[in-house]
Amino acid sequence: MSTTAATTEFDVAAVRRDFPIFAQRLAGNRPLVYLDTAATAQKPQCVIDKLVECYTEYNANVHRGIHQLGDRMTLELEQAREKVQRFIGATQPEEVLFTSGTTMSLNLVAFGWARKFLTPGDEIVLSEMEHHANLVPWQLAAQATGAALKFIPLTPDGRLELDALDSILSPRTKLLAVTGMSNVLGTINPIRELAVRAHAVGAKIVVDGAQSVPHEATNVVADGIDFLAFSGHKLYGPTGIGVLYGRRELLEAMDPFLTGGHMIREVFRERSTWADLPAKFEAGTAPFVDAVGLGAAIDYVQALGLEKIRAYEHELLQQASAKLGAIEGLTIYGPSPQHKGAIVSFTVDTVHPHDLSDLVDREGVAIRAGHHCTMPLHELLQVTATARASFAFYNTPGEIDVLADAIRAAQRKFRRGR
Amino acid sequence: MTDASDDIYGEHILDHYEAPYHKGHLAHPSCSHCDKNPICGDVIGLELQIDDGRVKQAYFDGKGCAISQAAASILCEHVEGKSLDELKALQAKDMLALLQVRLTPSRQKCGLLGFRVLKTMLYSLEQPGGELEA
Repeated sequence: MSTTAATTEFDVAAVRRDFPIFAQRLAGNRPLVYLDTAATAQKPQCVIDKLVECYTEYNANVHRGIHQLGDRMTLELEQAREKVQRFIGATQPEEVLFTSGTTMSLNLVAFGWARKFLTPGDEIVLSEMEHHANLVPWQLAAQATGAALKFIPLTPDGRLELDALDSILSPRTKLLAVTGMSNVLGTINPIRELAVRAHAVGAKIVVDGAQSVPHEATNVVADGIDFLAFSGHKLYGPTGIGVLYGRRELLEAMDPFLTGGHMIREVFRERSTWADLPAKFEAGTAPFVDAVGLGAAIDYVQALGLEKIRAYEHELLQQASAKLGAIEGLTIYGPSPQHKGAIVSFTVDTVHPHDLSDLVDREGVAIRAGHHCTMPLHELLQVTATARASFAFYNTPGEIDVLADAIRAAQRKFRRGR
Repeated sequence: MTDASDDIYGEHILDHYEAPYHKGHLAHPSCSHCDKNPICGDVIGLELQIDDGRVKQAYFDGKGCAISQAAASILCEHVEGKSLDELKALQAKDMLALLQVRLTPSRQKCGLLGFRVLKTMLYSLEQPGGELEA
């Protein structure tokens, strides 16, 4: 497969120089072939620099201080919030809550909204491809409220079976919780259409955007999203920071999740009143430096251009699908490239994913093996584990070749020359 | 440079993976136990036939990576003929030494799955009510 306009337009060599981790050599003088961005993304120097700048120049607690350092840090934090707001197309910064990550964000909705408003007989609709973070909190919310879970089945090629929606969605449906992009199959779900269908039966839609937000344009208003959760560390930002977007009227109606300092207005001996948004859902000291780092990551991504990123990653996906698909005994899970993001999960008939990952690691290639926090999906696929290669805009077509060669070498090793 | 012990997929492991010792089931096991590694889905079940405080036969069944399955095979070969007291004294480091390769901490979990199953089984035999089946 020859390089297309997308790969020649995107100066991946220049982009890679922005990421200091790629300058190192691994054992055996090998370059790092990092194909595990779905687990966590590498960081550009400007994000690292921003964290260092915070800690060396104006480190101070936010919101409460009456000194210039606190003022500066508070300004940087709130500017970061506005960067997130613009990045996802929210209308107000008060709808952007900083959390510790996607998992906490989804738990916040489960505790603050679902546990408050669901009643026995209500239904939460999920899909069979969900990550445990967008499954387990709803299991417990359902148990606590007497609501029931229903699952949208998948097509044989790993997309949502939309024809089944008619029989699954009903006036009893109160919440539709779905991933924007599967972390295993790569499937990009039609969020806009799902939101319309959810709202038509009076349900809210919560989107697990951990994979989709970094790789596809998201506009919460145009897409009709009620709640959106995503993580900073998968968006080329620091760990320990994530976002929950919620429509204002929904957040206003919710009870606080975590309580303590900052999220209160007044505290008496026996009771307290709550602060306004967003503080109401930001108890304690915010991970303020990490939030500022996330702002820097968003700046970086927007300077590159999310559409350019998406087009280049799609080109990588097409090449990876073709090259890995050509390997005998290798099975790729998920739909064809036009329906998915740049994630390729696969098995090799003679080499277990664990052993495969171990062996390609010898060649400097980082992939992931296991169930990727999707045990029900893997049961559906009838495999105990898969290997997963996930791509970002700092990967190259040449790295796909290194992976393919390493897979073939692993197959030869297990065949022992036969 | 990698030496022989760094190459965990050497003859010893691959031999046991491809031609496992006593993979299957006993007609009348004295005791059995099964466990899995939830992180990766490796599963090992062990069955022992115990006579007079000594393991006469050991069988395993399971699915998973080469390290976990080969280790179970190696363990079965090792425990046959040993007394229960000898097996109680068997430690994780002894098990890892039997594999003859150096494993990273994450792969040690695979290599020790069968060992954990054995230890759990021996422990429950010692509990009140934990008796050997006739």
